[in-house]
Amino acid sequence: MHPAPSVILFTVLSGLGFGFMAYLSLGLLLVQGGWAFVAWGLAYALAVGGLLASTTHLGNPQRALRAFTQWRSSWLSREAWAAVATLLLLAPVALGDWVGFGLPYFWRLIGGALALATVFCTSMIYTQIKAVPRWHHWLTPVLFMGFALAGGALLGLQGGFATLLLVILAGILAAAFAVGDKQFARAGASMESATGLGAIGSVSVFEQPHTGENYLLREMIFTVGRKHAAKLRVIAVICAALIPAALALMGGLTLTLLALIVHLAGAFAARWLFFAEAEHVVGLYYGKR
Amino acid sequence: MTCLPGHTEKKLGLAIDLDTCVGCHACVTACKGWNDQGYGVPLSDQDAYGADPSGVFLNRVHGYQVQPDTGGAAQTINFPRSCLHCEDAPCVTVCPTGASYKRVEDGIVLVNEDACIGCGLCAWACPYGAREMDADAGVMKKCTLCVDRIYNENLPEEDREPACVRTCPTGARHFGDFNDPTSKVSKLTAARGGFDLMPEMGTKPTNKYLPPRPKDQRQEASLLAPLLDIEAKGFAGWLDRILGKI
Ligand code: SF4
Ligand code: SF4
Ligand code: SF4
Repeated sequence: MHPAPSVILFTVLSGLGFGFMAYLSLGLLLVQGGWAFVAWGLAYALAVGGLLASTTHLGNPQRALRAFTQWRSSWLSREAWAAVATLLLLAPVALGDWVGFGLPYFWRLIGGALALATVFCTSMIYTQIKAVPRWHHWLTPVLFMGFALAGGALLGLQGGFATLLLVILAGILAAAFAVGDKQFARAGASMESATGLGAIGSVSVFEQPHTGENYLLREMIFTVGRKHAAKLRVIAVICAALIPAALALMGGLTLTLLALIVHLAGAFAARWLFFAEAEHVVGLYYGKR
Repeated sequence: MTCLPGHTEKKLGLAIDLDTCVGCHACVTACKGWNDQGYGVPLSDQDAYGADPSGVFLNRVHGYQVQPDTGGAAQTINFPRSCLHCEDAPCVTVCPTGASYKRVEDGIVLVNEDACIGCGLCAWACPYGAREMDADAGVMKKCTLCVDRIYNENLPEEDREPACVRTCPTGARHFGDFNDPTSKVSKLTAARGGFDLMPEMGTKPTNKYLPPRPKDQRQEASLLAPLLDIEAKGFAGWLDRILGKI
């Protein structure tokens, strides 16, 4: 799948933003006054920035409101609802933390749950797609939730708890890579089943249907740059999880900031791989994966 | 609504004959021609006469080589690929806007382009590459089963079928109702063992593909075989017998 920068930015930034928001709203990081403004501001900037980035890959963003209509069947629609509900519900909480008034705790509880539900909906957009076997696995939501919870804990200055979650994230990443590599074969699709000609014998491409590029080749049969995948996987695990895990243990604002930058770099590498390594079954028609 | 109708009155679709298709791409051209001026925005091309042309097509013809397991010569099979109007269409349920839908009356899967935000999720969900985003208009394009032909009373009766079907010079594409067991497509599918593409994806395609008929076996024996055991008679026969005994 084509690793579009807009979608990578969206999933990484808003995942981190909503993760951080959960910690803030559950009161796991208590902030007041100016610090509340900074912390909530950062969470909102990440979440909203990510959502805005996602609209740049739409062909007709001016109709984006229509994406709220199909919540009964579409995870993308559910995500839109969850995101907006979270942002609206937590706005008074953020304001209260800043100027100093309190809201009942159940309000904060619902807000935190909704923030995490948003990340879950995002992950389900990918997980539901059977035609991309690497994504069609329960590890995908686990991975997205892992990033949100660990990244949020890092930003939420959770110290040892953040370290624990980041180490778990390293494990999830490694598991997702290992399981993902077997998913295509497990799905059982092949050139023989795609063409239905397997009953005769083994199928190969004789002639492509077109000599130039097309949408399918650009969007779904992205094969560029996989040669560095093995190195990028190591970079992703070390940067997104292991280095921040060590830094979180040491604490302090400067180190947390450094940890955040390294974590983001690793998260971007991991998310690039999430798309670039995902093979769509339509590639079988072109004899490519 | 992008929830799927549980049942459709008709199941309109195509039966595509891989035995008779000669790979002429006439259906590709006819489809592009009709849909350039019919349903929704025209199918745009980019850099059409330049070095790197690309554009939207709703139907494409692949060419495959199949090596029989039993040995012998490989077969070349031409393979048209367009939307299969699946019963369990994953492209429909993922759509956030309701632009993608499956019609209750005939099972045709369509995109309402006025509602489409061009998110591309439906194209990701389709295992068959049947949807292509229009780079100019930013909306999703797909085979409409020529919905603007098949019910079009302004067309002569014989033209009220999909453009690709109407144009095919070998009659490799057949159009009809798969819910009706007496329809041409149902009978063809039953008689020829029509099959689904990638059944493991669970999409329950409406369109069926008819397999290539078994090919004649190549003659392995020498073409001179009938001449080889002619009995020699007379003097030649006597010589043959003598020489055989030496
Ligand atoms: S072939 Fe693809 S686009 Fe057509 S109905 Fe099936 S899943 Fe949808
Ligand atoms: S591209 Fe259009 S039709 Fe496809 S899922 Fe998005 S809104 Fe629906
Ligand atoms: S039915 Fe119409 S839109 Fe579909 S492939 Fe044939 S010509 Fe194209």
